[in-house]
Amino acid sequence: MTDSKYFTTTKKGEIFELKAELNSDKKEKKKEAVKKVIASMTVGKDVSALFPDVVNCMQTDNLELKKLVYLYLMNYAKSQPDMAIMAVNTFVKDCEDPNPLIRALAVRTMGCIRVDKITEYLCEPLRKCLKDEDPYVRKTAAVCVAKLHDINAQLVEDQGFLDTLKDLISDSNPMVVANAVAALSEIAESHPNSNLLDLNPQTINKLLTALNECTEWGQIFILDCLANYTPRDDRESQSICERVTPRLSHANSAVVLSAVKVLMKFMEMLPKDLDYYGTLLKKLAPPLVTLLSAEPELQYVALRNINLIVQRRPEILKHEMKVFFVKYNDPIYVKLEKLDIMIRLASQANIAQVLAELKEYATEVDVDFVRKAVRAIGRCAIKVEQSAERCVSTLLDLIQTKVNYVVQEAIVVIKDIFRKYPNKYESVIATLCENLDSLDEPEARAAMIWIVGEYAERIDNADELLESFLEGFHDESTQVQLQLLTAIVKLFLKKPTETQELVQQVLSLATQDSDNPDLRDRGYIYWRLLSTDPVAAKEVVLAEKPLISEETDLIEPTLLEELICHIGTLASVYHKPPSAFVEGSRGVQHKRLPGSAGSGESVDSPDTVSAAGVSEAPPAVIPSQGDLLGDLLNLDLTPPTTSGPPPVPSSGMQMGAMDLLGGGLDSLMGDESEPPPIPLRTDTPQSPQLSHQSPSPPDYSPTELGGDLGGSPAMGAAFGAPPAVMPASFSAPVSGGLDDLFDLGGGVGMPMGAYSPPKTIWLPAMKAKGLEISGTFARRAGVIQMEMTLTNKAMSVMTDFAIQFNRNSFGLAPAGPLQVLTPLSPNQTIEVALPLSTVGPVMKMEPLSNLQVAVKNNIDVFYFSCQYPISMLFVEDGKMERQVFLATWKDIPNDNEAQFQIKDCHLNSDAASNKLQGSNVFTIAKRTVEGQDMLYQSMKLTNGIWVLAELRVQAGNPNYTISLKCRAPEVSQCVFQSYEAILKN
Amino acid sequence: MIGGLFIYNHKGEVLISRVYRDDIGRNAVDAFRVNVIHARQQVRSPVTNIARTSFFHVKRSNIWLAAVTKQNVNAAMVFEFLYKMCDVMTAYFGKISEENIKNNFVLIYELLDEILDFGYPQNSETGALKTFITQQGIKGQHQTKEEQSQITSQVTGQIGWRREGIKYRRNELFLDVLESVNLLMSPQGQVLSAHVSGRVVMKSYLSGMPECKFGMNDKIVIDKQGKGGASDEAGKSGKQSIAIDDCTFHQCVRLSKFDSERSISFIPPDGEYELMRYRTTKDIILPFRVIPLVREVGRTKLEVKVVIKSNFKPSLLAQKIEVRIPTPLNTSGVQVICMKGKAKYKASENAIVWKIKRMAGMKESQISAEIELLPTNDKKKWARPPISMNFEVPFAPSGLKVRYLKVFESKLNYSDHDVIKWVRYIGRSGIYETRC
Repeated sequence: MTDSKYFTTTKKGEIFELKAELNSDKKEKKKEAVKKVIASMTVGKDVSALFPDVVNCMQTDNLELKKLVYLYLMNYAKSQPDMAIMAVNTFVKDCEDPNPLIRALAVRTMGCIRVDKITEYLCEPLRKCLKDEDPYVRKTAAVCVAKLHDINAQLVEDQGFLDTLKDLISDSNPMVVANAVAALSEIAESHPNSNLLDLNPQTINKLLTALNECTEWGQIFILDCLANYTPRDDRESQSICERVTPRLSHANSAVVLSAVKVLMKFMEMLPKDLDYYGTLLKKLAPPLVTLLSAEPELQYVALRNINLIVQRRPEILKHEMKVFFVKYNDPIYVKLEKLDIMIRLASQANIAQVLAELKEYATEVDVDFVRKAVRAIGRCAIKVEQSAERCVSTLLDLIQTKVNYVVQEAIVVIKDIFRKYPNKYESVIATLCENLDSLDEPEARAAMIWIVGEYAERIDNADELLESFLEGFHDESTQVQLQLLTAIVKLFLKKPTETQELVQQVLSLATQDSDNPDLRDRGYIYWRLLSTDPVAAKEVVLAEKPLISEETDLIEPTLLEELICHIGTLASVYHKPPSAFVEGSRGVQHKRLPGSAGSGESVDSPDTVSAAGVSEAPPAVIPSQGDLLGDLLNLDLTPPTTSGPPPVPSSGMQMGAMDLLGGGLDSLMGDESEPPPIPLRTDTPQSPQLSHQSPSPPDYSPTELGGDLGGSPAMGAAFGAPPAVMPASFSAPVSGGLDDLFDLGGGVGMPMGAYSPPKTIWLPAMKAKGLEISGTFARRAGVIQMEMTLTNKAMSVMTDFAIQFNRNSFGLAPAGPLQVLTPLSPNQTIEVALPLSTVGPVMKMEPLSNLQVAVKNNIDVFYFSCQYPISMLFVEDGKMERQVFLATWKDIPNDNEAQFQIKDCHLNSDAASNKLQGSNVFTIAKRTVEGQDMLYQSMKLTNGIWVLAELRVQAGNPNYTISLKCRAPEVSQCVFQSYEAILKN
Repeated sequence: MIGGLFIYNHKGEVLISRVYRDDIGRNAVDAFRVNVIHARQQVRSPVTNIARTSFFHVKRSNIWLAAVTKQNVNAAMVFEFLYKMCDVMTAYFGKISEENIKNNFVLIYELLDEILDFGYPQNSETGALKTFITQQGIKGQHQTKEEQSQITSQVTGQIGWRREGIKYRRNELFLDVLESVNLLMSPQGQVLSAHVSGRVVMKSYLSGMPECKFGMNDKIVIDKQGKGGASDEAGKSGKQSIAIDDCTFHQCVRLSKFDSERSISFIPPDGEYELMRYRTTKDIILPFRVIPLVREVGRTKLEVKVVIKSNFKPSLLAQKIEVRIPTPLNTSGVQVICMKGKAKYKASENAIVWKIKRMAGMKESQISAEIELLPTNDKKKWARPPISMNFEVPFAPSGLKVRYLKVFESKLNYSDHDVIKWVRYIGRSGIYETRC
């Protein structure tokens, strides 16, 4: 007889039969019945009706039967909490059993029953088991604490289990240590700020000792926990690395990857000139390569991680290109990942081999893989300049195969090659044009159209080609439509005489016959440009394009750093931070790599900042496709969104495309709010004439125009000023759209609370190569924040933002890194709030509240200084006791008293007091003397300096008098300024 | 951590379902079936995210094993655990099949309860598990107190893979050096990539808690010794030593000792296990060389000639040689002539399969074929998959040699000399391909 028969019962009335069997006197029959119940449960049948009967079988000395009943209990206890209580006695009894296996089984199962009443009874047995003499019971009890915490966190804290768990880290048995570490790590995740896993050199030492002795799984728990520790200095870092490296030879890939994580993280702290640093780098390569001989699923995990490692430290695997060559029978997911890494490792030294491989792959069967291989050839061309020619000829060979998707993919990448090496490979255009008819994918069509438009002057029949696309204009995707519009305008500017009709046709198709706001708006912009100032139009539309940079698809550096801290985990497989796929509070903390050696200390002069900035400047990134939307000049390689405004990135940033019209049309609409003298014309505009002899207006310098297209007021003025030709349909729909735009853009509300001055421009774009920073300071929930708006007014994408402060009077320093998670594309604006701490190095500044800041991005390092209102530094516990206040006031010498006048303030004393309280200025007492209110107030600065104030308010008199007393009289002036600012806002 | 573990048959019916975490519901079982097992397309990733729930799966013949989680778990660990789960099941009841799983579902639940606690993998060494999880299920009652504590200390202890008190009348051990040699060669005979991945598998039947030390002709060790010893010996042995790119060890090996002294010392599990894996890329002996010649004669005919040359000592014999020559999809007929062995065109596999039972070293053999093609208007060119080869040779293509395996057991009265030791080398083809 075999057990598979239990899966085949499908009879009706089965439940009743089972009930009878469960209550049978014969032990064997009982056991059979319980097995049947479990089989039914497995396939998803509801057998909860049998609860009392199954629980009755629990009192047995047959271990197998007992385990089956427990399994049933774990599944159904929650739905029958009252009856589950029946089981408690047995559990409590089992926890006292002489057999450690039974004790452990009871405590393990009890933790899995998520019924409040049962958990109450669990506490006592659990406490005993945590101190059990048998390690097997202790290791099970350790995990049980995590279970209990999941059900009732408060209970675990109240019962003091956390401390017991911490004690287990010093247990003599390695497996108990490992499980305790696992449980504590999990509990700590849901208390981000607690210091549960109090990692200090002593505990680290214990963990490292246990690491050598425990099971493979325990080693993983310990290594993952170690990765959260930040060593005090490079020496500690090195000694931990030395003790972790032997793990790289473990047969278990997860142990290896977790060890790699610890090493990658701690390596950041090692000075690069250290011998050990080089040794470590060398040691990392072989185990990573070995991971590729594991089972395919693990290979996949390994490859996703290697992709990250190669981006962070390309030197590790630079000589290992061959191992990433695709094997004929690799699963497709392994093939695709290998391809990615091959491109990352491609260099001049190995490009010939890589290209030969890629060409081989381009003839395979899997469409996705072939496409990616073709794309990879293009990326090689862009990355390794010396190989560009060979890549182009390979692509041409592939186009000759006439395989439809290969041709299309090849054309898309050739377009990128043209952008990287303009005027170099135009000879291939003829071949490309031969394949015009076979292109049916929007991206390929758009790429082809771009090529035709860009090189219109070299293609004799460019007008015919573009005209052929125009026939089905409305059936094309937005991407193609936008590209066609731009291409025809380019063509017109290059060959004005023959193509007037064509340009009129496309403009009218785009503006009058289209519902797509992007298309329509761009149509109007071109139309206005062409009709008002053709020379400017030429300079805008045919402006020189910035070259695309070499590396593509790089992960944004801050995200990359976070992902490196998550090597081996799901986050590293998805290439997303845990917060993107984990619900609730778990894993939402952002992990960061520790600073490299030396940078943990304060930066004395801005020079050091720039040095650091230069040394680690990674290559620029081609923006992800969506960001190009705003690039009016060029490529519309957006995913095909057909109508409506472009998608707003979830991070709540404004997108370049919105700004494109936002700023410009703002002033345009402003003009129209007065009775607008706009001629209502529905016909097409007069064909613009190109007046080459007329000098271009001086304020149109080509570069500036190109860069400022998005939302610069100058542009808006240029649009609105001249009595332009404007079709009637213009104003209504656009203004509707505009409201939406502004709703999206301006929705950043300021919560009430501490006073925060309005944002001012700290760093004008002119001084910072296009980066504009405006900002303010605010104190929110006790945290000082520097709130900044970063705007990219340059033409290229900005990435790698970082910030640093010079020493200042109150030791302000960034409490975390500057969180700019995505690259800032041209015309994009982003709001950043940087929490500040006051534990940085102190140096007295003049004026006192002056702050010198260095901001770094991929382009350069910029410096500016700003002043913060001192009220930011008023702490929440700044209310002094009355008696203390009196004593202190007397105690401070009168020389330290400063008196100021606050003019034109129309608040009464209560309103003033309330307002000040919002900014942590506390009124201790109020006295009224002869119609004059005297407010006695205190405040405390972050560095512990107390400031005492006497504010005199006379009804009807808008001028207040304030006396300030402080042991450090220097701050008085600043405090007064804050008073004034708070009261007047 | 792992939130749940499901086992399905090929139809997507659940055979085993064990949920460890409250955030995983019954609907997860169905979500995986619908989105992965019943998905129309080929599986594109072993990790699938469905509605913020991540599914890790591996497949063994027709059986799907899926681990489910909603947290940011250690992905490598989850896969390692799934493989381990397969190993444990195989050790208990043989092949993983629907029938076997259904027959042993109670046992599987018991195992899952033991080796995964709240989603955390626990000791999963079969040696240890078998001492207290038995298919009879009643052993627990008859154990003495000493036995019980022995079990628990073994499960949690430092040497979780071996129990105490093992006794053999004859102390014996077998070492198998199993290598698979991988090659990708260009049509012109240029080696594009070649590597050997090897395993040292040990079967130990030793009494007590023997301390073992394993030595091989590892270049680093030999060079180190060479420095200390006579210089001419170093030069001599230097030639025979091999450079190991990387190696990994069974958890019984003391890794810190290997890291510091490069010596391989361990207390072995009882019975068969894999002591180490290694990889080499330098100075590989390629046992066979394949020389392809493909000529397209017009649009309807292909002429193929393939020569294989064996490249090892004439006294050795290679076995189970098989050369697989792919043919285009529109092949209508094939004529083959071969000097040795048998060759057949297999239409279902789109290949000519040429089999030779045995072949000595330094020999050469040849096959020629004429392939008739149906005229097609398919624009797509035939991709010309590489010619692949299978074989088995009685030596290690990496050049690895076992130098010693010493056994010390201080408590029992047998010494290294009393242990009977056997060593065997087998080199097999991995992916051994020549492009044509």
